[in-house]
Amino acid sequence: MSPRPVRLRKVSNPPVISGLKPYGGKATAGKHDIIFLHLEEYEAIRLCDHEQMNHQQASTLMAVSRPTLTRIYARARQKIADALVSGKQIVIEGGKIYFDSEWYACKVCGCYFNSPDKLTTVKQCPLCRSHEFTTCNEIQ
Amino acid sequence: MKIAITSTGNSLGSNLDQRFGRCSYFVIYDTETGGTEFLPNPNKDALEGAGPSSVQLVASRNVQKIISGEFGIKIKSLLDTLKIQMIALKDADKKIEEIIEMLNN
Repeated sequence: MSPRPVRLRKVSNPPVISGLKPYGGKATAGKHDIIFLHLEEYEAIRLCDHEQMNHQQASTLMAVSRPTLTRIYARARQKIADALVSGKQIVIEGGKIYFDSEWYACKVCGCYFNSPDKLTTVKQCPLCRSHEFTTCNEIQ
Repeated sequence: MKIAITSTGNSLGSNLDQRFGRCSYFVIYDTETGGTEFLPNPNKDALEGAGPSSVQLVASRNVQKIISGEFGIKIKSLLDTLKIQMIALKDADKKIEEIIEMLNN
């Protein structure tokens, strides 16, 4: 029997940088000293440490189970610790993921819309230009 | 900026089509010139893969926003990658001309 296929992890916000480089000391980051931090691991760190969510909340947002999220998170910390201690370069790429943007619901015209550009904040409804909208996680 | 609206017919008096992949017509509305273009959807009766091929058709017109009733699971991630904004309007009685009027306000 073939193993159960890996469930795609949902990533809401792609990272603003593609990696980090060490400096000073013996930091001559060559090709051999690169740690590949997967996008799903980046997202786990972002949700758990930056947004300070618990694993249960973070797992719902990434559309995986709680134990899976904890495994992704543990791997992410292991990689970051390795990079920090041995002075390796971090490159954020790869991973079994799909991107998903945040959705908003307009109270005036009743439409739902997303914002494809994550860096700019949504100021008005694209359809009726009202400012009366709320965030919602899923299309109803 | 170009906006695609799914339509049930090929006139401005037609209603908004609630399906994206298998809608009857795509209306390409240009906000700068105010012109509209009606494209018949070749994937209307497709058995499968109607969504992705419709995305391809619409994306080839350099559309930045899509207005439809709802978007399937395959399309959402595809449009996210292409950075096209999705607007889901659950009002099936909305006419194309009314939507264009809303966009112009």
